[in-house]
Amino acid sequence: MTTTARALPLAKRYDTGILRWVTTVNHKDIGVLYLVTAFTFFLVGGIESLLIRLQLGEPNNTLLSPEAYNQIFTMHGTTMIFLFVMPLMAGFGNYVVPLMIGARDMAFPRLNALSYWLFLFGGLLLYSSFLLGGAPDAGWFAYAPLTSTQYSPTHGMDFWVLGILMTGVGSTVGSLNFVVTILNLRAPGMKMTKMPMFVWQQLVTSFIILFALPSLTVAATLLFLQRNFSAPFYLAPQGGDPLLWQHLFWFFGHPEVYILILPAFGIISEVLPVFSRKPIFGYSAVAYSGVAIGFLGFTVWAHHMFAVGLNPIADAIFSLDSMIIAIPTSVKIFNWIATIWGGKINFKAPFLFAVGFIAMFIIGGLSGVSLATVPIDFQVEDTYYVVAHLHYVLFGGSVFAIFAGIYYWFPKITGRLLSDRVGKLHFWIMFIGFNLTFFPMHILGLLGMPRRIYTYGSQYGWDTLNLLETIGAFIIALSILTFLWNLFTSLRGGEKAGNDPWDAHTLEWTTTSPPPAYNFAAIPTVHSRRPFWDQKYPHLAD
Amino acid sequence: MSDITAPQEIEPTALGVDNRKLAVWIFIASEVMFFTGLIVTYIVMRGRSTTGPYPEEVLSVPLVAINTFILLSSSFTMVTALSAIQRGDARGMRRWLIATAVLGLLFLSGQAIEFTTLFRDGASLSSNMFGATFFTLTGFHGMHVFVGVLWIGFVLARAFRGGVTPDNHLAVELVGLYWHFVDIVWIIIFTVVYLLRM
Repeated sequence: MTTTARALPLAKRYDTGILRWVTTVNHKDIGVLYLVTAFTFFLVGGIESLLIRLQLGEPNNTLLSPEAYNQIFTMHGTTMIFLFVMPLMAGFGNYVVPLMIGARDMAFPRLNALSYWLFLFGGLLLYSSFLLGGAPDAGWFAYAPLTSTQYSPTHGMDFWVLGILMTGVGSTVGSLNFVVTILNLRAPGMKMTKMPMFVWQQLVTSFIILFALPSLTVAATLLFLQRNFSAPFYLAPQGGDPLLWQHLFWFFGHPEVYILILPAFGIISEVLPVFSRKPIFGYSAVAYSGVAIGFLGFTVWAHHMFAVGLNPIADAIFSLDSMIIAIPTSVKIFNWIATIWGGKINFKAPFLFAVGFIAMFIIGGLSGVSLATVPIDFQVEDTYYVVAHLHYVLFGGSVFAIFAGIYYWFPKITGRLLSDRVGKLHFWIMFIGFNLTFFPMHILGLLGMPRRIYTYGSQYGWDTLNLLETIGAFIIALSILTFLWNLFTSLRGGEKAGNDPWDAHTLEWTTTSPPPAYNFAAIPTVHSRRPFWDQKYPHLAD
Repeated sequence: MSDITAPQEIEPTALGVDNRKLAVWIFIASEVMFFTGLIVTYIVMRGRSTTGPYPEEVLSVPLVAINTFILLSSSFTMVTALSAIQRGDARGMRRWLIATAVLGLLFLSGQAIEFTTLFRDGASLSSNMFGATFFTLTGFHGMHVFVGVLWIGFVLARAFRGGVTPDNHLAVELVGLYWHFVDIVWIIIFTVVYLLRM
């Protein structure tokens, strides 16, 4: 089972300058392209969120018009989900997965480039709508009938559909590539049961993308046909049904939540063992609970629709199903805690972000269970309680994990360490800003503040908490500036990383930082779950 | 991979399946979800038209039954093409591939005739829910057949340049997988749309 190096079928290779990046089919280059592009979209989506918070900072504010506000919150959600978290995880996956499994590249290098360029141009297509008559304005889940030409007369929603379809094709092709790579290109000896946990979660995520995205493709295509060819799909007066959109959308939309969080679980499951200097506690439980979450994720979509009036039995089933997901998720959380327990903790920035992730994700998970309870959902549906929940999961969860991953793999990618001192400062500013921004949203939701309103009157008593949230949002912005400062100073003069700055476990740390184009001089043979650790410390091997 | 005259590389993989074959299988699995979405939409929205023409007034089962027969036959010719090249009969393979493509084009012509008749009877994407769901579902299937014909064309072009040999015929197998998939989808569509009418 040896893998032979094969010359890539390129007419000519460009090793430097812009041509290198435009023509590259190397998984590490494409990974960097994904990471940089997705992070840029994160900054754009972040600026949009600051505009939202400025508008809501005081009652009866007129900074943004209602029309502009709708466009900005729609683009904020769409950007963060489709143009930031998904592609950023794909960036980590591209860079790290082939290295982790001891391969020289992805299975289909040129398809890999295709998925990146589809993502980039899909994102640019979405954003070009701002210059071409108005951005999408019906929210990231684009409910009918708001998306009809009657209520959304600009071409914004058409841009949304086309941009989503384009990035969707990119994600599909990319996931196909991940599945084949992970199943087929593992180094000799690396059985499925020896794969690093990040690879496991990336595999499950790729399958979810392949099986969930088609539903969005159908939903969005029908919307496009409705808006441009007068097909009556979601128009009730002509026999259509707005709920058709909700079912098709959430059949994608709920698995999407796991698409955004499972790679984060993977990052955490890599970082915690390395910085606790222990193997992960309960390897199989962590791996298979990810698979269980992947399956269950397809059975809970209607919990987004309790308030539309499904029948009570359907409500009960979807409620129960949604709560069952808490079990495999808790399995992971307990395993992570047990991994840290009794470890020789190396208290560095990646570890700090990983622990922050666990704490914040638990809050998001618990509010999720409360939302899965139908009567509670009836009460807080479409209030800021939901906004609080989803940000604790996606920001407290995915974004904290992303930063854990950035601090962890930055030295491998660039050859230089990020400053740990500034990294910890970044963490604490972000942690405080995050909780200041999103915790009060729980309370505002319970007080009845609906989401997606562009302003509110002063008689409701929502002013102070909203102002606090706005201040919190700017504290988050400050933390991001701290990170960017760390990024640029470390790129120039950061400490040299060497091959293995963290005394890590997996194969990507056996090669140079950054790795050569071919990754490994000789394809390694794997005997255990921590191949590099066991090679360094044979007497401590599992 | 791009060098068409190179012998098929049997590159050892962890699962022992060729990367490309694995990719096509997984792609088909994803496509199953796509068609599931369209077919379920058709079923759920059945009988929701507020105005005519209604399916029982305009759909012609005999015409489509012939078309179904044509597409089913094309799966047979595809299998024969594959077995020809496996026996080392490159000419036979090319002939059966051409037959498959021709049957595919015949199917598309049949669909064009059906669509034209339906347009004359007033059914269209915008006429009512029946038109919207019917044309979306069968239209996307037709596009898949068209892509299949193009794919066969590429394989044929390669075959005529000697790029498909008994030792290197994965290309025929891959287009075959896709073609059979599109065929099976049609069997379901034919059953749901034309046979199970209320």
